[in-house]
Parts: sequence; structure tokens; C-alpha cells
Amino acid sequence: MTKSALISLIAQQLKLSRKDAETAVNTVFDSIGHSLEVGNRVELRGFGSFGLKERRSREGRNPKTGERVMVDAKRVLFFKAGKALRERVDH
Amino acid sequence: MTKADIVEAVYREIGVAKKEAAIIVDTVFEAIRAKLEGGESVKISRFGNFNIRNKVPRRGRNPKTGEEIEITARKVLTFKPSQILRERVRDGEPIDAS
Repeated sequence: MTKSALISLIAQQLKLSRKDAETAVNTVFDSIGHSLEVGNRVELRGFGSFGLKERRSREGRNPKTGERVMVDAKRVLFFKAGKALRERVDH
Repeated sequence: MTKADIVEAVYREIGVAKKEAAIIVDTVFEAIRAKLEGGESVKISRFGNFNIRNKVPRRGRNPKTGEEIEITARKVLTFKPSQILRERVRDGEPIDAS
């Protein structure tokens, strides 16, 4: 399912205009993205949580040339599915 | 951030009653869950993809007893953030511990 199919489904199920369904779906994912961007994790009961982890800078190697390079510190995002969703998926 | 904040944002953006906004948000997540349950992946452009991976059975060990056990085949859900979201997070503000 793509975002566009999700929008159509929401419009149809809730009898919303496609425009409102589109705004709603975009708002859901934009607000999650924004929260993560400003450093706040997102916890959604019955679905899962989007968390953040800091990675320190480290010395790595260019796998092609073997040359040493510094890999900058960065923040990465991870998703952990909630127990209920994990169980629903694995049936 | 929790679902209540997302509901608030939807309420502000489309000007429906709060109760209606809550129903919309629940319906969005339930639609995603239903597709994933059916083994279908869900791709949200600019955000990321939720995929179902089929794990094959393998031998493992109970770390407490050392006993060898079979880890059964299973389906697991993974999320791969889009490049856009990864970059937004990478360059964002420091993590709020709360």
C-alpha cells in the first residue's frame, strides 16, 4: 500500500473529501517527522515507537580504497513495533 | 510525543471536531496495521517503508541454560526511514531525554 492508496482508503472509510484525507494523512506523518527532527521520540500505543539514538564519530575506512576516513557523529532513527502489532504480523 | 499530539495537529489542520480527528488518526494506523497483518508492505513517500520480513527457522541457544533450541520461522516488521527523514533526523536538534 502506498500513501496515495492509504489516502483513498481513509477518504472512503470515513466519507471525507480526498483533499481532507490527504491533509490528514500528511499531517500524521509530518508531525511524527517533526517531533523526531526536534529530538523527541514518538510513542504510539498499539502501534509502536519511533526512537532516536546518537552515534559517536568514529574512524572508518573507505571499503574500496582502504583509506581511513572520519565518520561524523550522527543521530539515527529506529522503529520498534509494539507487542500487539508484532503478534498480529506474526500469525 | 504521543497520539494525542497527532490528533491535535490533525484537528488544527482540517478543522474537524477533536473527536473526529481522533477517529481519523486511529483509522490511519488501523489501516496500516491491517495491511501489515496481511503481509503487505506499506510505503509512505517522504517518510519511510514498513516491510514484513519472513525469517527462516534457525538453531539458537537458551542463553541461560545453554540448551539448544529451534527458533521457529516467523514474520517480523521492519521500518526503513526514507532518505529525507534520515537526513532530517541526522541534522536535527539534540535528543530530548524526556
